[in-house]
Amino acid sequence: MGRWAIAVHGGAGIDPNLPVERQEEAKQLLTRCLNLGIAALSSNMSAIDVVELVVRELETDPLFNSGRGSALTEKGTVEMEASIMDGTKRRCGAVSGITTVKNPISLARLVMDKSPHSYLAFSGAEDFARKQGVETVDNDYFVTDDNVGMLKLAKEANSILFDYRIPLLGCAGAAATESPIVMNGLPISIYAPETVGCVVVDREGRCAAGTSTGGLMNKMMGRIGDSPLIGAGTYASELCGVSCTGEGEAIIRSTLARDVSAVMEYKGLALQEAVDYVIKHRLDEGFAGLIAVSNKGEVVCGFNCNGMFRGCATEDGFIEVAMWE
Amino acid sequence: MVGWAIALHGGGGEIPLDLPDERRIPREIALRHCLDLGVSALKSGKSPLDVVELVVRELENHPDFNAGKGSVLTAGGTVEMEASIMDGKTKRCGAVMGLTTVVNPISLARLVMEKTPHINLAFDAAEAFARAHGVETAEESHFITPENIDRLKQAKEFDRVQLDYTMPTPKEPESFGDSQTGTVGCVAVDNAGNLAAATSTGGFVNKMVGRVGDTPLIGAGTYANQICAVSTTGKGEEIIRGTVAREVAALMEYKGLSLAEAGAYAVDQSGPKGTCGLIAVSANGEVTMPFNSTGMFRACATEDGYTEIGIWANNINQKTEE
Repeated sequence: MGRWAIAVHGGAGIDPNLPVERQEEAKQLLTRCLNLGIAALSSNMSAIDVVELVVRELETDPLFNSGRGSALTEKGTVEMEASIMDGTKRRCGAVSGITTVKNPISLARLVMDKSPHSYLAFSGAEDFARKQGVETVDNDYFVTDDNVGMLKLAKEANSILFDYRIPLLGCAGAAATESPIVMNGLPISIYAPETVGCVVVDREGRCAAGTSTGGLMNKMMGRIGDSPLIGAGTYASELCGVSCTGEGEAIIRSTLARDVSAVMEYKGLALQEAVDYVIKHRLDEGFAGLIAVSNKGEVVCGFNCNGMFRGCATEDGFIEVAMWE
Repeated sequence: MVGWAIALHGGGGEIPLDLPDERRIPREIALRHCLDLGVSALKSGKSPLDVVELVVRELENHPDFNAGKGSVLTAGGTVEMEASIMDGKTKRCGAVMGLTTVVNPISLARLVMEKTPHINLAFDAAEAFARAHGVETAEESHFITPENIDRLKQAKEFDRVQLDYTMPTPKEPESFGDSQTGTVGCVAVDNAGNLAAATSTGGFVNKMVGRVGDTPLIGAGTYANQICAVSTTGKGEEIIRGTVAREVAALMEYKGLSLAEAGAYAVDQSGPKGTCGLIAVSANGEVTMPFNSTGMFRACATEDGYTEIGIWANNINQKTEE
């Protein structure tokens, strides 16, 4: 019998000036989710069930950018996406354009288990949710005051960044001058990636992965990121489970999650080497991070930006919750 | 061998060996026409990215293939088209899904790649983006062919999704089987080793509204880098989980396989059994078109004079010019 391992994340790229109390809240949430997963694994819940359980918890808490607390579109609404994958048979499910489903990860799971398809989007996905009887809420439920404020900042930052007459640095609002890190064209204080994900290997060596997000703050309606894309944001095989976060376009073109497994399968790399390889060689100039577990019970986090909200634990008793490098 | 090469497909699947001439011949003519178009464009120095867009537009405009005009219908009797395109050298890419009025989805995918900071736009937003850029749109009736209305009716009678667009009247439900075909694609490489890939589809007959297949997914339906360019066709759900297009490149990069070996391995090991095919070209001008389905509408040409137009595994119409 193998040994379980679990990792969770709340996004890659962190505002260095993030208030201390919010840092503490993030750590507490990650710890709570980790403990939830550990308890489930100790009682022999399967990897795929644990992934869904933990991501639901992350979605339900308003702190990170998924479910309640999702980043807002340019119209001030929430459009969520998620995907989940079971490594044992490489089964997968994904959803995009979700506006009323309380837990998108569970809808992705239902697409995998109860539909002939792998990926449903927008009104078709919402119709499917209603037929399956999952819990739905008004779009307002997902919108937090914090994010309404952030959207306003994002809109101001964009209008200034698009104005060529004003030098870029120092003009994207006071927040930007204090945190000059830019991701996806926005100062990091406003960009606030904070996608969530979870990867698990259970005692039977089954790997699973799940990722859920509200996407980019001030995104165009209908923009699809990496989170719902199997192979980009999420992948699981017999060897490993992977969830990625960061600049979505860089993750998509590098098929980042799939490549962790591919270099293990085809190059024979171990999990740590595989994660190091893809972070170093596959991302080009993009900023991103990922969490991964192997069927041997290993767990690895990797990122090329200043930090990533993350937590991981193994059956040996190792447990870590961290934010910075 | 170094030189330009091009391959294109009009979908693979359970294509009956006794396909009547009146259904076979127009498709063969279309494949030849599209191949000639692509070859002339490559010879005149057009970039592979321009060539794959040009050829896929032509395939989309042809009503016998399941993309653009001639797209199969959703369970709701509507069309929902999707497409993606990728440039190998820069690895820039664009994708669209849930299109209902854009005449050439592949060109909208190209615009997403070139005119937005994003890769993938979907449904209403993709339609709005199309209008903002003034691309050609049409009423839904432009895309819907009488043949596809019949197919949807039959599929609904059997209450299952099917994608065999070659047979008007399957005799029993089994003949729908797992035949999940119908996509168009093109891959091309020029003399300088620049690569590009493009794929476009209407999806499944009787698919759920909102269903997204492998075609708009970078790594599943389409992939290109500095080594090769790949476009896949077949049962989308399983091509997604096998990331079949990326697989060809990954096997070459990580396992050191040749293009032909990587293509064969991806179809046999990573793709769905009996419902998977792909076309691929390498940076040095090789081409491969493996499939494990009954057939795949396909054509290819290389600079050294080799051309092939085929439907089934045997009966390949090929020649090599001296």
